[in-house]
Formats: sequence, structure tokens, C-alpha cells
Amino acid sequence: MSAPAVGDTPTLRTVTRTRVRGAYRRRLLVLTLLVLVVAAFVTTLMAGHTFYPAHDVLRVIMGDDVPGASFTVGRLRLPRAVLALTAGFSFGIAGVTFQTMLRNPLASPDIIGISAGASAAAAVAIVTFSLSGTEVSAVAIAAALGVALLVYTLAFRDGVAGTRLILIGIGMAALLDSLTSYVLSQAGEWDLQEAMRWLTGSLNGTTWEETVPAVLAVLVLVPVLLSRARDLSALSLGDDTASALGVRVERTRVVVIVAAVGLIAFATAAAGPIAFVAFLSGPIAARLVGTGGSLLVPAGLVGALLVLVADFTGQYAFDTRYPVGVVTGVLGAPYLVYLIVRTNRAGGSL
Amino acid sequence: MTATQTLSVPNTAPVRRSARVRVTWLLVLAAVLLAVMTASLAFGSRDVAWSDVWSALGGADQTLEEASVTKRVPRTLLAVVVGAALGVSGTVMQGVTRNPLADPGILGVNMGASLAVVTAIAHFGLASASGYIWVAMTGAALTAGFVYTVGSLGRGGATPLKLALAGAAISAALASLVSAVVLPRNDISDTFRLWQIGGVGGASYSQLGSVVPFLAAGFLLCLASARALNSLALGDDLAAGLGERVALVRATSALGAVVLCGASTAVAGPIAFVGLLVPHTCRLLVGVDHRWLLPFAALGGAVLLTAADVVGRVVARPSEIDVGILTAIIGAPFFIHIVRRQKVRSL
Repeated sequence: MSAPAVGDTPTLRTVTRTRVRGAYRRRLLVLTLLVLVVAAFVTTLMAGHTFYPAHDVLRVIMGDDVPGASFTVGRLRLPRAVLALTAGFSFGIAGVTFQTMLRNPLASPDIIGISAGASAAAAVAIVTFSLSGTEVSAVAIAAALGVALLVYTLAFRDGVAGTRLILIGIGMAALLDSLTSYVLSQAGEWDLQEAMRWLTGSLNGTTWEETVPAVLAVLVLVPVLLSRARDLSALSLGDDTASALGVRVERTRVVVIVAAVGLIAFATAAAGPIAFVAFLSGPIAARLVGTGGSLLVPAGLVGALLVLVADFTGQYAFDTRYPVGVVTGVLGAPYLVYLIVRTNRAGGSL
Repeated sequence: MTATQTLSVPNTAPVRRSARVRVTWLLVLAAVLLAVMTASLAFGSRDVAWSDVWSALGGADQTLEEASVTKRVPRTLLAVVVGAALGVSGTVMQGVTRNPLADPGILGVNMGASLAVVTAIAHFGLASASGYIWVAMTGAALTAGFVYTVGSLGRGGATPLKLALAGAAISAALASLVSAVVLPRNDISDTFRLWQIGGVGGASYSQLGSVVPFLAAGFLLCLASARALNSLALGDDLAAGLGERVALVRATSALGAVVLCGASTAVAGPIAFVGLLVPHTCRLLVGVDHRWLLPFAALGGAVLLTAADVVGRVVARPSEIDVGILTAIIGAPFFIHIVRRQKVRSL
């Protein structure tokens, strides 16, 4: 019995067809997500206490002077929406990077204390040392990298076990959160809105000054992450398999960690540690588009969509204006509990 | 499977200590407690002379110094009872769940009490201290049950990792809800801010009076189940074989623990890590017998919280660091230490 020519068996044909169809479906879903994000972005610019039609918004973005809209849209809504977009994308993509690399959905930066580190550092820099702008970002990124390194080192004992890393991260997050509370309680004048920013994340009072560094970070660091997407997927198979596949394991890991932590730190320095976005985006994206390929872009889009919608809801759906972190926290926490329940049931990676 | 977990809990702690060692440590702890209580009266943001302390204890409050010492008395007493309650509560929780990471703060029970209290204040106009306590205990009990249920689903029952994760997740969820309740109300957000961090600064005799009966009941429930907790440490099957009614023991001791941490949260706010630090340290001193461990945990918790309160008053003069922050700063590294010591498999 001679083997049939490669590419000619019925099985192979079915596999190819399924793969092509899968890739097509995936592309369609990612495109849909993108459309949704754009729609949400445009809606937040148009709608609010006063409604501005799309062409007014467009003219403001083009730089025309439109009475009323120039201030409301150009000064208030635009920086806020841009920051929501950037921070959400940063949290989503960095979260899924960690989850993929450490092979555990719970190993996201907001659970293992990295966001808490950035947030505590930013709060200290602003409240205690009256720094602002890029200095705050610099302090936040230094602290976030330090916390990441510390958690990793503490969890290292004959290799890093995911569970140990997560628990150590939870402890670290508790420590840093209490530091944040302390710093805020020492602030001369208690400003609840400002405090909420560092405790749960908020976009209230966003200006371009805060938004620009976060946007630049996305422009620089996201391409770096995307260029390593393939290596990252290989890493998720385990270090040995990855290096057998030709991945330089240690170098990839360092590059990926620095890029992801950088994204988290810049986003946190601008908007605070928006609760659960980094944790939720990856699993939601995996649900939507399947785990066949890299989840980086889908998770980033999900994160952006989450933050845009949550911020809009928090601002206009209730009598009080809730900061975005409270909304994502209230919405996200049940999903976290559900994930834990489901993983426990399945006897999965926990 | 559960038996291996149990053994990993006190893996450096001795199983038994001779009676003489235990009594000696008990006396030492009691002496330390007296010392920190005295320190708590003597040190604070205002410097006072020892003679003022004595005359204030004698009832005089003529001078500013004497008056400030008088104000420190209820604060010290509150730190002592709340510390003791949290220490015992943590010990019992670790015993009931056979989990070295159990602590009212980590398991989210404190946050449950907080949410219940702020909801009652904001929506039901609750204002009396004893009302707070009932509400806080209900919140604590519901949260404890929920966290334990979520954490014990699936293979291996309530492993430390699953419980700690369920606790952290639910704690975060409750914290968001707390902010959602508090934010629209400027009138309560200011009082709430101090309370949320956890501290004994605003202590008064009426507060003490309303909380002490609950704490006493909680202590009694816990002490009554001390012997049964020892059997429970061997695993459910063995405990049942030894004649314990496992479900009943669990329920009673858990109720005691929840009453203790709910009531202390109602008066002092959510203070984390005391219930984690104290039992582990006390196990090193007296071994794992709960009949000794519980009184030790009470003394140890009182010492820790009072000492933390004194340190918080002294290091940041003229302002203060709340005890809740200090216990987290001491406790979190300790938590990390315990996690690192555990074998991965038992997590």
C-alpha cells in the first residue's frame, strides 16, 4: 500500500478546510470587535449630557472651531475617550500576555500586584512628592518592574510554580494597596475622586497631559509585544518545547515582561488600576474568538471596549457619576467568581 | 489527601510542648501584654510624663496631659479586645478550613462585614453601635459561607490556593460594591474613609460596652470547640471516627469565628493579617493543641494589635498610621513567607 501524495488525503483536505474556515471566522470576529470599539469610541464622543452630531465631532477632531462642541468634545470628551481606549487596550493586551506566559488565567497583572505597585508608586509620587506628568509615569514603571521582579524572585524555587506566584502576588497586592490607602489618608485634603483613581481606577478629569504618555507607550510597546506573539504562544507550551521550537526563551521572556509591565505602568499612571480589565479581557477574548491563534489583539480590543462602555455607563446611567473602576469592579467580580467556580469544577489548572 | 494538607500546616511547629514551657510562655505573653498596654497609655502624639499616667489612671483629668492619657484608656482596651478577637478568629478559621492561609481579611469576611455596615448606614439609616454589630455579623457570616462554598468546589476540597483566591476575588468584588454605595454620599464617605482602613483611634466606652458581649459569646463558642478542633485537624473521617459530630463542630466554631471578626470589624473596621500572623506564631510557642492555642492566640492578638497601634502613633508624629495599615505591612510579608514555605503540591 503506497502512501497517497501529501495534500491529497480526504482527511488532510478536511483539516485544511476547517483551518481556513476557522481563520476566516476568527478574522471576522476580530473585525467585529474592532467595529464595536470604534462605535463605542464615537458614541462616547457624541453622546452625553448634550448630544453633538457626528459631523460636529468630526470637525472638532479635524481642528475646526465649533461653538460648544470644541470645548465639550475637544477638551473634555476626547482626551477621556482616548485614554479609555488606550488604557483598556494596554490592560487587555498586557493581561493576556501574562496569562499566556504563566499559563494561568489568574496570573494577570492586576491580581499578582503589578498594577497595585504602579498605582501605589503613582499615588506616592503625586501626593507625597508632588510630581506630575512623565515623572509619575517613570516612577510607576520603575515600581511595576520592581514588583514584577520581586514577585517572580520570591516565587522562584526550582522553577516558578503558577500557584505560588499567584498567592505571593496576592500578598504583595494587599501590602501595596494598604500603602496606597495610607498615602491617600495622609493627603492634606481628602479628595475622594482623586483617591478613587488610585484605588480602583477613574477617568474623571482626564486631560491630554495624562493621556499622551499612555498613547505613546501603546504606540511603542504594542508592536514589540506583537512581534513576539508567535514566541509567546510557543512559551505557553512550556520552556523546553519552546526552546526546541527555536525560541530564545529567556530573552523572549524578558522582552515580553518589560513590554507588558510598561503598558500596565503607563496606563495605571494615567487612569489608575482599572479593576479587573487586565484579568477579564483575555478569558473573554478566548471565549469569543477561540484559542487557536494569538489572543493579543482580540484581548486588547475587548479591554478597550470594556473600559469605554463601563466609563460611559458609570457617567450617565446612574444619578451619581461612578468612576470606571467601580463599574468594572462590580461587573467583573462576578465573572471572576464564576471563572474560579468553573475552573474548580473542572479540576483545572488550579 | 486532607491529612497531608493538615501535616503541612504546622510543619515546623512542634506538636506538643511540655506544660512548663507552655505556662512559662503564657506568663511571658501576659507580661508583654501588660507592657504594651502601659506603653499604649504612655506614648502618643502628645508627650506625657509617667507621673501624669499614674494620676490619670487615678481619675484625674485636670491637665492636658492627664486628659490625653484618659482618652487613651478606651483606645487601649479596644485594641486589646479586638486584637484578641481577631487572633482567635484566625486560629479557628485555620483550624476549621485546615488551611494555613485562612484569615478574616484574606478570606474577604471583613469586607463582607464592611459592605453590610455601609449598606445599612446608607440605605436603612442605621446609626446605633449595637445595630452595626448585628449587621456586620450577618454580612460576615454570609460572606464566609459564600467564600467557603466557592473555594471548596471541585477536586481536593478547600485547598489553600482556592480559598485564598475565592477570598481575594470576592473581597475585590465587595470592595467595588462598597465604593458604589459610599461614593454618592459625601456625608458618610468621610467617616467611612477612616473606618475602612481599620483603626482603633475613635474608641469610646460605649463602643466597648456594646461590642464586649458579642466578643464574649464568640470566645466561648470557640473555646468550647477547642477539643473538637484538635480532632478535626486529623481529617473529617478520623474526627468522625473519634466520635466528633463533624458538621456540628464546624458550624459552631465557624459561627464563633464569624461573630468575633464581624463584631470587631463593626467597631474597628477591616483589619487584615492579625488572624494570619498570630496563630502561626503561637503554634511555634505552644504547639498545635487548640486548648492551649486559643488562649495564646487571644493574648498574642491583643499584644500585636496594641503594639501596632502604639507604633503607628509614635513613628509618624504628629499624625498617626492606622493599625490596619501597619498590620498589613507586617502581615503581608509573613503571608508570602508562609506561601514560600509550603510545598507546591499542598497548595
